[in-house]
Amino acid sequence: MSTFKKTTLVLALAGASLASTAQANEVEVLHWWTSGGEARAANVLKELMEAEGYGWQDFAVAGGGGETAMTVLKSRAMSGNPPSAAQIKGPEIQEWGELGLLGDLNGVAEAEGWDELLPEVVADIMRHDGQYVAVPVNVHRVNWLWANPEVLEAAGVEMPTTLDELFEAGEAIREAGFVPLAHGGQAWQDATVFESVLLGGQGSEFYQQALVDLDPEALGGEQMIDALEDFKRMRELMDEGMSGRDWNIATAMVIEGVAGFQLMGDWAKGEFTAAGLTAGEDYLCAAAPGTEDAFTFNIDSLAMFRVTDDEEREAQQALARLVLEPTFQEAFNLAKGSIPARPDLDMSEFDNCAQQSLADFQRTAEEGGLVPSMAHGMAVRADIQGAIFDVVTNYFNDADMPAEEAAERMVSAAEAATF
Amino acid sequence: MRDSLPMKNTSATPLGAGAKRSTPSGGLQAWLPRLVLAPSVAISLFFVYGFMLWTFVLSLTSSRMLPSYDFVGFGQYSRLMANERWWVASTNLMIFGVLFVLICLVIGSLLAILLDQKIRQEGALRTIYLYPMALSFIVTGVVWKWLLNPQLGIQAMVQGWGFESFRFDWITNPDMAIYTLVIAAVWQASGFVMALFLAGLRGIDDSIVKAAQLDGASLPRIYWRVVMPCLRPVVFSAVMILAHIAIKSFDLVVALTGGGPGYATDLPATFMYAHAFTRAQIGLGSASAMLMLGGVLAILIPYLYSELRSRKHG
Repeated sequence: MSTFKKTTLVLALAGASLASTAQANEVEVLHWWTSGGEARAANVLKELMEAEGYGWQDFAVAGGGGETAMTVLKSRAMSGNPPSAAQIKGPEIQEWGELGLLGDLNGVAEAEGWDELLPEVVADIMRHDGQYVAVPVNVHRVNWLWANPEVLEAAGVEMPTTLDELFEAGEAIREAGFVPLAHGGQAWQDATVFESVLLGGQGSEFYQQALVDLDPEALGGEQMIDALEDFKRMRELMDEGMSGRDWNIATAMVIEGVAGFQLMGDWAKGEFTAAGLTAGEDYLCAAAPGTEDAFTFNIDSLAMFRVTDDEEREAQQALARLVLEPTFQEAFNLAKGSIPARPDLDMSEFDNCAQQSLADFQRTAEEGGLVPSMAHGMAVRADIQGAIFDVVTNYFNDADMPAEEAAERMVSAAEAATF
Repeated sequence: MRDSLPMKNTSATPLGAGAKRSTPSGGLQAWLPRLVLAPSVAISLFFVYGFMLWTFVLSLTSSRMLPSYDFVGFGQYSRLMANERWWVASTNLMIFGVLFVLICLVIGSLLAILLDQKIRQEGALRTIYLYPMALSFIVTGVVWKWLLNPQLGIQAMVQGWGFESFRFDWITNPDMAIYTLVIAAVWQASGFVMALFLAGLRGIDDSIVKAAQLDGASLPRIYWRVVMPCLRPVVFSAVMILAHIAIKSFDLVVALTGGGPGYATDLPATFMYAHAFTRAQIGLGSASAMLMLGGVLAILIPYLYSELRSRKHG
């Protein structure tokens, strides 16, 4: 008897929770901004929405990379009950768009002039089939080199601007008794270093051909082999305790003066800030060696699902408008370490790393060199990205694999992943 | 169930009276257990076996991010067979499974025999050895990750003692990292195997051992020739339990090595998770899940067979 009662109770609860999805004039937003600063930043958006008389139903799913959130989103979408908006980024927006699940934001986009406001590369990612279906929240730069100035001084080196300089500086730092490059041996971190090294050694045009367009000639060619060899050399700059280390532990090594450099996206700044350090004084930031004319971006965005209710639709449009408004852009990006998705904002509140980031963002958007980050799911579909990760991380950790073989595997990874 | 029966007698009568009238021989009582069990049977049929079937169906489709029903035959299986990472994962499972089960059995039975020598403080010792089992694999994984880290753990400690040339950096070496999983898993599970063996040893009739002693057999010989053969059922259940722990291993890998270096310590479970849930390849993930199910069945069916057979004999 009790089993049955429990079962009915569970079913009833499940039914109730299913029924409590977005009401009219309310948006339900699925996101994974759950860490302290991020959650506060998301709360700003909620308050903005409520100030305009819309409801905000928070649907936060914890888990840094958003894997859990995506699983939840898929099950919600499959049961025909998606939230009004969800944190979806990069090519995944296109996948959801192809399933016909996303609604368009053309009304807001036109009224707010998104076409002029957003750089073309960014706007492209937000559009499916020519229609705006998502709104960018922030821009992270991935190709950063972070450094501890005290370690550099002790070793008598400057911030390197080319890969060769980095290797030289690394040797000096090693001799001075420090770890040259802090790194964590996880596939995505390996890929982050790989794409920065490839970009630094071979330039953004080759990056575009190989890691974005997946041109087999580029993937298997000489330049790729060079890039892979540079990448393997980076291993000499790392310490042996790196396997499985989280990125923030690696950042902590730079903060504590154990290591000299780290190649990591600008979310690392959150760690420096939390440690009470000031950009430019207590820690240094520069474009990854050889990449000062390039910018690998990682953009968080909110995609809007198709809704039938007019009032909910209106709330969605308001959400999209508010996300790009200066108040939210500034509050959110100050908390997250990224830069605003609209380049026309006053940046005086931001630190000089962020200001440099924005300047480079605008410059590369105009002159070329603004490329999506492969390691952070902005360039290629998740399955191809995974297959490339496998090759990169396996090559990096296998002392015996020649770069030629890795390049061949890279070509077949790009092919085999598609069915 | 036991609670509900007296409740029925004391509760209001209409139901009881009606039941009595239609089935005077207490038919409701015969039906009640089935009625009560029906929902949970239906639920497990649906959620376990139904979803197994669904996974199989999905493994025949080209599903990527969301399930689709575009059937491609056994295409996903042939892709899986061509996938190098899958073979690394399967080979790892063989290495890990065999070593884990064997070493646990050896250490577990040795500990049990040693504890069986009527020593002092046996209870305390038993608890100490059994306690690792109370930890989750996540905790075990994190602790061993630190112990095995060459700059924090055992290597650093021994080098700190002055043995500068000492090296124990398996966790950073793609060829050796899989053995670190074995170390951590053995540490966790051998105490449990010990408890199983100890219970088995206590169940052996003293008179058999005494008879062997009268015949002049030495203690090791008694254990090897007399006691161990009596423990065959214990060995069998221990192997069953350990084997399925090995096949299901997921959390240990995630916490200890994260599948690395590279994907050198990937196991089928982590492979399946990565492909189905983070790489938008549900079809391929389902195919690997079906092969894992096949692996479990290969162990389970002989077990069920022997169980049923022995019951028939008994």
